[in-house]
Amino acid sequence: MRQDRARSPDEAITRDVVLGRQAGEPAPDAVVCVADATNLRQVLRLVLELKRVGRPLILAVNMFDIARHRGLEIDLDALANALAIPVVPSVAVRKGGTLELMRKLDGLADVTSAPGSSDWTEPSTAEIRDAHREADRILQLAVRRSGRPAVWTARLDRVLLHPVAGVVILLAVLFLMFQAVFSWATPAMELIKDGFAWLGALVATTLPAGMLRSLIADGVIAGVGSVLVFLPQILILFTFIILLEDFGYMARAAFLMDRVMGGAGLHGRAFIPLLSSFACAIPGVMATRVIENRRDRLATILVAPLMTCSARIPVYTLIISAFVPQRTLAGVIDFQGLVMFGLYAAGILSALGVALVLKRVFWRGEVEPFLLELPNYKLPDPKNVVMGVVQRANIFLRRAGTIILAMMILIWFLSSVPGAPEGATEPAINYSIAGTVGHAIAPVLEPVGFNWQIAIALIPGLAAREVAVAALGTVYAISAGGDEAMRSTLAGTLAAQWSLPTALALLAWYIFAPQCAATLGVVRRETNSWRWPIFLFAYMITLAYLGAFMTFHGAHALGL
Amino acid sequence: MPFESAARLDADRPVVNLGNVSKGFRGRIVRVGGPDAGDLERRLLEIGFVEGAPVEVVYEGPVGRDPIAIRVNETVVALRRREANAILAEPAR
Repeated sequence: MRQDRARSPDEAITRDVVLGRQAGEPAPDAVVCVADATNLRQVLRLVLELKRVGRPLILAVNMFDIARHRGLEIDLDALANALAIPVVPSVAVRKGGTLELMRKLDGLADVTSAPGSSDWTEPSTAEIRDAHREADRILQLAVRRSGRPAVWTARLDRVLLHPVAGVVILLAVLFLMFQAVFSWATPAMELIKDGFAWLGALVATTLPAGMLRSLIADGVIAGVGSVLVFLPQILILFTFIILLEDFGYMARAAFLMDRVMGGAGLHGRAFIPLLSSFACAIPGVMATRVIENRRDRLATILVAPLMTCSARIPVYTLIISAFVPQRTLAGVIDFQGLVMFGLYAAGILSALGVALVLKRVFWRGEVEPFLLELPNYKLPDPKNVVMGVVQRANIFLRRAGTIILAMMILIWFLSSVPGAPEGATEPAINYSIAGTVGHAIAPVLEPVGFNWQIAIALIPGLAAREVAVAALGTVYAISAGGDEAMRSTLAGTLAAQWSLPTALALLAWYIFAPQCAATLGVVRRETNSWRWPIFLFAYMITLAYLGAFMTFHGAHALGL
Repeated sequence: MPFESAARLDADRPVVNLGNVSKGFRGRIVRVGGPDAGDLERRLLEIGFVEGAPVEVVYEGPVGRDPIAIRVNETVVALRRREANAILAEPAR
């Protein structure tokens, strides 16, 4: 814990636990303040403030070995005397390094079990200045020899914060991260996809045909599978993020990117959540908790879904492979790749644009200060990294199991009720609520170049973007009838049935469209209100409609 | 810029706003905050900027040399120049 002022949601919880104000958490018996021996000054101020909370307090001076190595000599007895609390040295990363702390803690719990009175209030600026002076006085008493500054941190920063080399290295780190997220995750994702397909097939063969089978196979299994398939990417992404955070690099990345992000009215810390959103908006929205200011955090949450997440990739590749010719420009640039790049760029630019509008038009006024300590670099503790990744995975899985599952079942219900009548010739989805709604909204989508088949596919596609590909398959494969159409690939079918402007309009639609129930669910959780997911849905669908409209008519005007 | 008017506290000691100096500047803080600083004063104090503390500007951001990184005592803090302008420092001799 660093400070008692609650800036971000995480910090607010820490403060309330210490003060015994957190609902459902008993007031702590004792507080252990773990101090970095190489940066005692700041910790002393925290200790001085914690003393006023009135709970039994121990100061554990951590990284004592590193401090000694740097020539820093701390008189622990003098420190204990000056602070009037027990002080123990500890080396948390080593076995037995916390033994003495545990012994002292047991003793303390026996002696002072009655909690003292808490007269904590947020200190005034005068009080913070007093604490600074008091910390200085204690340092004079307890530190016999001041150490050398962290040599390695300064050496590394000279390169990593270099205006040119630093930016190049940052881009290289990001490139490696994306390579990892997209290529290393593929085998595991295939495995999960196949696993759920097998499970669905198993249910299909064991249960009698009917609503229950459809609910379990098409609703629950297919729905949860379509979300769980992103688990490998989320694990890899968070492993990278936590490694970089623990190493101390994230603060440097925020430093390098602050001006670029600030141009769009975003905070330097928004960089990582937005980056994560390229894999999936869910971990991106979850990662916004590090942003202190509420409006900065909301702005980041609201634009995160515009970053091109991996669920858009199946839709993009399907349409690109059907409509964009496979040729190279100037012999080197792959034309299909170029279109893909353009879609990514459009996502980034629109996210920055929306952030700008939010911060400059709706939330004018105060600019949140960018104040960030650049900590000394240190090797990440593997145990800590594993725990962090497991915790993120748990959050994701719990959501997939609750709100996301509920939305999947709702969308299944819309797509399969009522069932097809006897002797139906069209695919069952046409007779369902989704089919009815699809036909009803088809006139609305006509100006953007979408036919009724697309309108229908968009409704199950609300569950998750890539589901629309399967839904298009369902609508077309069967409504086209004959064996010939069944044999041809979906891409071939689409190329034959859609005009190029329609295809381009659908691509534009997918840059913006809020076609992901899971993201809306996670935004609801993180903002604790339905207001923001509703706002998110409304603004994204408006942009999607406008984007598709302009693309469709622009393409027509160009004679495509 | 709300802090520029206070560029001089004392006639015989030249003081500068930390937001206006370049990489390599070394000095000592003479004032944190001011009449217009509001909550920023508290936040600067909390992160370690306090009157009397030695400061050095150690890094500058890649775009427009903003933000900057300032070493204050043993801590290195990154902040934007407009926030650093709320800190007055006298250069080291």
